[in-house]
Amino acid sequence: MPELLEIRDLHVDVEGKRVLKGVNLTLRPGEVHAVMGPNGSGKSTLAYTIAGRPGYEVVEGDILVEGESIVDLEPEERALKGIFLGFQEPPPLPGVRLSSLVVAAVNKRMGVESLSRAADPRIFRKLVEALQKVGLGPEYAQRELHVGFSGGEKKRAEVAQALVLDPKIVILDEPDSGLDIDGVRIVASIIKELRDSGKGILLITHYARLLQYVKPDSVTVLLDGRVAARGGPELAEEIEKKGYTAVARA
Amino acid sequence: MESARSLLPERLPEEILGYASPTRAKIEFRGRISRSLIEEISRVKKEPDWMRRLRLRALELFEKLPTPNWVLGVEEIDLDELAHYVKPEVDQPVESWEELPKEIREYYEKLGIPELEAKLLSGLSVQFESETVYHKVKEFLERKGVIMLPMEEAVRRYPDLVKKYFTRVFPPSDHKFAALHVALWSGGAFVYVPKGVKIYEPVEAFFLIGRSLEAQFEHTLVVADEGSYIHFIEGCSAPMFKGYSFHDGMVEIYAHKNSVVKFTTIQNWSRNVINFNNKRGIAEEGARIDWIEGSIGSKITYTYPSTILRGRGASSSSIVVQLAKGPYIKDSGSKMIHLAPDTRSRIVNKSISVDGGVNIYRGLVRVVRGAKRARSHVECQSLILDDRSIAYTYPHNQVDEPTAQVTHEATTGRIGEDQLFYLQQRGLTEQEATSLLVMGFLEDVMADLPFEYASVLRRVIEIEFARLGGVG
Ligand SMILES: Nc1ncnc2c1ncn2[C@@H]1O[C@H](COP(=O)(O)OP(=O)(O)OP(=O)(O)O)[C@@H](O)[C@H]1O
Ligand SMILES: [Mg+2]
Repeated sequence: MPELLEIRDLHVDVEGKRVLKGVNLTLRPGEVHAVMGPNGSGKSTLAYTIAGRPGYEVVEGDILVEGESIVDLEPEERALKGIFLGFQEPPPLPGVRLSSLVVAAVNKRMGVESLSRAADPRIFRKLVEALQKVGLGPEYAQRELHVGFSGGEKKRAEVAQALVLDPKIVILDEPDSGLDIDGVRIVASIIKELRDSGKGILLITHYARLLQYVKPDSVTVLLDGRVAARGGPELAEEIEKKGYTAVARA
Repeated sequence: MESARSLLPERLPEEILGYASPTRAKIEFRGRISRSLIEEISRVKKEPDWMRRLRLRALELFEKLPTPNWVLGVEEIDLDELAHYVKPEVDQPVESWEELPKEIREYYEKLGIPELEAKLLSGLSVQFESETVYHKVKEFLERKGVIMLPMEEAVRRYPDLVKKYFTRVFPPSDHKFAALHVALWSGGAFVYVPKGVKIYEPVEAFFLIGRSLEAQFEHTLVVADEGSYIHFIEGCSAPMFKGYSFHDGMVEIYAHKNSVVKFTTIQNWSRNVINFNNKRGIAEEGARIDWIEGSIGSKITYTYPSTILRGRGASSSSIVVQLAKGPYIKDSGSKMIHLAPDTRSRIVNKSISVDGGVNIYRGLVRVVRGAKRARSHVECQSLILDDRSIAYTYPHNQVDEPTAQVTHEATTGRIGEDQLFYLQQRGLTEQEATSLLVMGFLEDVMADLPFEYASVLRRVIEIEFARLGGVG
């Protein structure tokens, strides 16, 4: 059976600069795969490339979802195939309420033409429940998304969308940075919930703390666009103790 | 929600209405604008003499006044080749849709007007070419003493009332096209709301141009007596045809002491219409006039909703949303003239320029000496979607009162690649993402529209943007 997500020898150029230089990685349903690495090592680039961000050019290698290459697909086609990305730094969307976005996104998934009229009225309750899980009040459904959100609120709102949109592959780009202790616990419990419901999770993080709450099945360490180390949860602890460079050298 | 859905146009006016179906005209006056042409129109309408003379005076003004040199697209208009009066084959305005000739009725049915009427209007006046063809007012309006009539009928039945206001708010001497309008006016609606009567269900007038090389000059006059309330909605549309047609309408509002008039326009002409719309209101002491204009269609539009704040404590707002998509021009701008103390005004102009569209804001806030503590705030927001499109802002303030506060804010926004990608990542196409962001840009003004009309506007924009050939 093909893997849920398979990244094969991925080389990526951004603005003419080679950022990823041969990355391999696999993700199975119900698995948490942590990606770590210092600033600028290419973690977000990997996430964006999987999601199909314009300007992230695959010059070599392939990305397969359930055995099919997705590198020629538009970002929205990948999203509808079940790829969800929780952004490290989501942009503010003035005037676009979280609820309007969710309605539009869910309608698309249901194949409904109108974007503004909820095809499934249960979606509002689902959204409010998801917000509650991430520790945000129901009023956030009516807030303009990421406009004036605090750092922690942004992370929570991203994770809440992963709950509502029911993807297969959840990529979370530093969902823990900027979060308070309670926030980290909450995000960890949601990652577990997603994992237990069979989703594959690519979890980009700098901190072993999150990984103490949610044990990853594998850990990949990126360094300068290459996989420098790979292992189990113990690798995260080792990094916490010794730092990236020492672990990569070993 | 379900019933509202049936009210939404699923397509653009051009597509809904398609190409113009041939309709017969009972009377048509075409050609050079002369004294005898105007005499003929007046005769056909069986007008009182004062109105005939008013027209002729306006004609003289028209001949004298210079053509404004800043108006683009006028050179395209050859007044001598236009039909200035077209009476369709409907003798009198009818009161049931079945009585209209099929080709005419179908236009309005395609636009969902009868459903809108049934659902939320307390009165509806419908014009085809130069004449009102359907006019119906719910009984409770009459019981409350509200007068709503086709303009011609009001001239005949309530001459003293009409005479008191007609062209008193917007004099024909103002500019050449105002003079032309008064000389040739035909159709439109008259509304009078008696003292203290508040009508919360809106009334609507709908105008349709059904053929090429026609000029439409409807005249709308709304008089709100002391302490009354009325919401007047104006809609317009046209099918596609070869060449162009010309619209030069006029709206006059007189808001007496402590009355409130809301005036909403959803302009959705087809791309064949050159649109001039002269709109002005006078607000007496404590009165309020709120303009809302959704300027979506047409080839070129010139419209400047204006309020003269004449009485102490009068207030006015004007919200204009203008969309220029493709090789079209929207030239607009609200005007607020503060003549009395404690008057307040607010102007919001939101423009969206895309696919080479040009939006122009040309506004004016004037505060005369003695209009103590007058306050005005102007907010212009332009959203420009690509490098081929333009938005110009020419605000103009003329403040002669030292205690007045006039503030202006202008912002120009673009849609960011990061915003588009974010929304695409959630499953929307680039066009859908754009339309969601455009809707977001308009979100705060949508709240001021009745639900059904906000839905109509939303849907029109959604459709407009669904068709964008790749933004950016
Ligand atoms: N648009 C761009 N233009 C130029 N360089 C870029 C661009 N995007 C990414 N890069 C470069 O690619 C490298 C990897 O960036 P990336 O954002 O993937 O790092 P990261 O591992 O996510 O870092 P962090 O931990 O700080 O989030 C960096 O050197 C960055 O400067
Ligand atoms: Mg990053």
